[in-house]
Amino acid sequence: MARAVTSRRKTINTALAWGVGLIIFFPILWTILTSFKTEGDAITYPPKFLFFDWTLENYSIVQDRSDYMRYLWNSVIIAGGSTLLGIIIAVPAAWSMAFVPSKRTKDILMWMLSTKMLPAVGVLYPIYLMFIKLGLLDTRIGLVIVLMLINLPIIVWMLYTYFKEIPGEILEAARMDGASLKEEILYVLTPMAIPGIASTILLNVILAWNEAFWTLNLTAAKAGPLTAFIASYSSPEGLFYAKLSAASTMAIAPILILGWFSQKQLVRGLTFGAVK
Amino acid sequence: MATKASRSAARVMMAPAVILLLGWMLVPLIMTLWFSVRTYLPLRGGDLGFAGIDNYIRFLTSSAFWPAVVATLTIVVGALLITVVFGVLLAILLDQPMWGQGIVRILVIAPFFVMPTVSGLVWKNMFLDSVNGLFAHVFKFFGATPVEWMIDKPFFSIILIVSWQWLPFATLILLTAIQSLDSEQLEAAEMDGAPPLKRFWFITIPHLSRAITVVLLIETIFLLSIFAEIFVTTAGAFGTKTLTYLIFQRVLESQNVGLGSAGGVYAIILANIVAFFLMRIVGKNLDA
Amino acid sequence: MYLRNALRAATALSLLTAGGAFAETITIATVNNGDMIRMQGLSEDFTAKTGHTVEWVTLEENVLRQRVTTDITTKGGQFDIMTIGMYETPIWGKNGWLVPLDDLSADYDVDDLLPAMRSGLSYDGTLYAAPFYGESSMIMYRTDLMEKAGLEMPEAPTWEFIREAAAAMTDRANDINGICLRGKAGWGEGGAFITVTGNSFGARWFDEDWNAQFDQPEWAEALNFFVGMMNESGPAGYATNGFNENLSLFQQGKCGMWIDATVAASFVTNPNDSTVADKVGFALAPNHEGVEKRANWLWAWALAIPAGSQKTDAAKQFIEWATSKSYIELVASKEGWANVPPGARISLYENPNYKDIPFAKMTLDSINAADPTNPTVKPVPYVGIQFVAIPEFAGIATDVSQEFSAAYAGQQTVEEALEKAQAITTDAMEAAGY
Repeated sequence: MARAVTSRRKTINTALAWGVGLIIFFPILWTILTSFKTEGDAITYPPKFLFFDWTLENYSIVQDRSDYMRYLWNSVIIAGGSTLLGIIIAVPAAWSMAFVPSKRTKDILMWMLSTKMLPAVGVLYPIYLMFIKLGLLDTRIGLVIVLMLINLPIIVWMLYTYFKEIPGEILEAARMDGASLKEEILYVLTPMAIPGIASTILLNVILAWNEAFWTLNLTAAKAGPLTAFIASYSSPEGLFYAKLSAASTMAIAPILILGWFSQKQLVRGLTFGAVK
Repeated sequence: MATKASRSAARVMMAPAVILLLGWMLVPLIMTLWFSVRTYLPLRGGDLGFAGIDNYIRFLTSSAFWPAVVATLTIVVGALLITVVFGVLLAILLDQPMWGQGIVRILVIAPFFVMPTVSGLVWKNMFLDSVNGLFAHVFKFFGATPVEWMIDKPFFSIILIVSWQWLPFATLILLTAIQSLDSEQLEAAEMDGAPPLKRFWFITIPHLSRAITVVLLIETIFLLSIFAEIFVTTAGAFGTKTLTYLIFQRVLESQNVGLGSAGGVYAIILANIVAFFLMRIVGKNLDA
Repeated sequence: MYLRNALRAATALSLLTAGGAFAETITIATVNNGDMIRMQGLSEDFTAKTGHTVEWVTLEENVLRQRVTTDITTKGGQFDIMTIGMYETPIWGKNGWLVPLDDLSADYDVDDLLPAMRSGLSYDGTLYAAPFYGESSMIMYRTDLMEKAGLEMPEAPTWEFIREAAAAMTDRANDINGICLRGKAGWGEGGAFITVTGNSFGARWFDEDWNAQFDQPEWAEALNFFVGMMNESGPAGYATNGFNENLSLFQQGKCGMWIDATVAASFVTNPNDSTVADKVGFALAPNHEGVEKRANWLWAWALAIPAGSQKTDAAKQFIEWATSKSYIELVASKEGWANVPPGARISLYENPNYKDIPFAKMTLDSINAADPTNPTVKPVPYVGIQFVAIPEFAGIATDVSQEFSAAYAGQQTVEEALEKAQAITTDAMEAAGY
């Protein structure tokens, strides 16, 4: 009896969850479908859902026009590089906040977060001028630095909350055994925090991947990532839905696939210290 | 337990992050403050001298200022409400046993992977467009007049787009929190005959309060500065000009960096006011 | 892609062995419109001829504009060639930020450029940007619907006729709007259209002393006429329609008339994209009865070299290649005469192959009817027809057009919109020190 109820409930849950999931996913699905239509089919009424002349035309146009691999590579380097650099800088900071807290720890943490509220466009000119002076315009290293700084507060905070959950006794035991600070962090703390670090990396790669203000405004022909790739397909004269859809699909596919594989990690890992 | 030695070591380890962020905040901040008291017009030759507080007065008294503050808060509050309420419901739903849970989860979190520019363009052109949009097609199918989303419901449209992007984030964090909820506690309550709504209200929600605070905090930080979603949809028309957008217009369209910088200072002040209240509300909850 | 790289490598190699000129790589920022995309595809021809390679930064119009403006005002030096318009060229040229194009080769035949384009892209008599393609605005209308309505389009109609014809063509039951026009906020969208409409009603942005003129009766008349006509015969939600929205409406057969850029003619007559390709007629943009100025604008996308560029010679070679007569022939040979970049050269309109193109003559007449140095009935202190060539204009006109769009949407009255426009403009001009 009880099992029958559960099974019925499970069916209802499944139906409901799939329904909601598909609604939420639908805009992306529609974009992917549209990318296989001709420009004419893309705007026709009644809309064609599956029964249209599937074509790869848009992809070949996009591929002809822009060097997708170069943009992709830039995105990978910039998102990956800024995240890794951020982690390297944030781990010691988060460690000391978590294990050697002082009265001001929380203030410092909040202050770090508040630096994210500075409106980017307000400082475009100052930053642009600085980049010219430093010769960082249109370089990947320049973007790696900027995106690292933008996301550093989030990284520090996330790591801090993970580290806090690690019982201090283990560290003390390590210290008793004569482990140095470096060894303590490298061999004791980090392995325990790996799930936390992994989800921090994931979240920050996503945030850096989607950042579209600095990546557009500080690049030209060499360092432009996929956000710049998209900007060359949005709103030209004439019909563009299908081509835009193809370009969009190409821009979000890599990160979507990454998300697909790391979905479990994300669901478990994004605690921000919210779980007690 | 911290010794003196570990304290100084802690300071050393914190130094790189703190110094970098201090630099990242202070250098542009000082430059913004400097520009805000100058008449700085790039297209008229650059820095044309000291302006006193003219820029501040002009920005504050411009007819666009207060509406922009209201628009900013409307969008932030609207998107927060939607993402938190639906995030909680969705998290509970996704926590239930079901077939294909992994796939449903990836479907739900997928919008988070989409660049803001892309989601703005896709929603505006392929869904909300009053002629070729899918919504219009559906309305027509049922014999109704398609709604002019961008004109008649501009805030609704933008909040819809922004919420679609941020709902996955809220759901993820809330789901993580829900999974840590002691199921025995819920079962015990069920045994005691507590109806589902009561269980939800007295057990689940209190348990989620910390996670909700985190969602509120992080999302506010990002939502205060949303830009691409407005840039590609209404471009600031029909009252949707947020403070960030207004500053963009002053700096890049009007090419008045002095005036835009003064606006930037106001935006920082607004962000800090919001942050202050958030910290008051959130701070207790975050006491780690 | 592989092929292209191989081609480049081969070219470079042949040049090396020949000991030819020093090959450079130039970076070009451009708009993502069809003609520019085509140029990008054909640039292998340039590489083959000169040995220089090209890197492209292709961006959507609004993003491009902010990107190149930031770079030129800060002397960032990221681009060797920038694609800019008639609005930017005189302002930047005046500031000395562009390399003067006064030493183009005899082969290039600078006198072949249409006078309107050449003067619009010059400052103080010096050419600062070479027109890649140029446009004015004109009426595109459905010949079948016009006939059905029992009317005949004159070559040079008045607004009054347009309004009457629009009402007659409107057939809401069949989803046909008599007229589609831009109402979208933005200085280059609805802002441009309402400015030329204003011109054709005798209105102007500023008087000789730079005082805003939105409190004058001509503006009220123009705006009231526009809103009245669009409410009678325009599509629902025209307050968000810009060039693209109207283009797709027209291509789907939902508009009786459309007044917009002359370059749209090649889109609406292209049978691949347009359902009404064989039923389109053209006429001069209208004027208000008794007003000598018509609602014609003038625009060109042009190529310019920022003053800081280290590769001026290669950049000049590229500009000469892309805006030359032989480039037009190159496009014609590959894509047909209907797809060549229009509106830049006199010789194109004298070419017998091009004369058969249905919209060629009307495009030329429209361009010739536009006079940027004398855009309005009453005298003005500025140059430019659908814009005012001062640095503050883009910002002001975007704000003003947002107020107008709100009026089109019925969210405020025309009088309120004009009052706000007057206040916005006065305030901004004061801030700029006029």
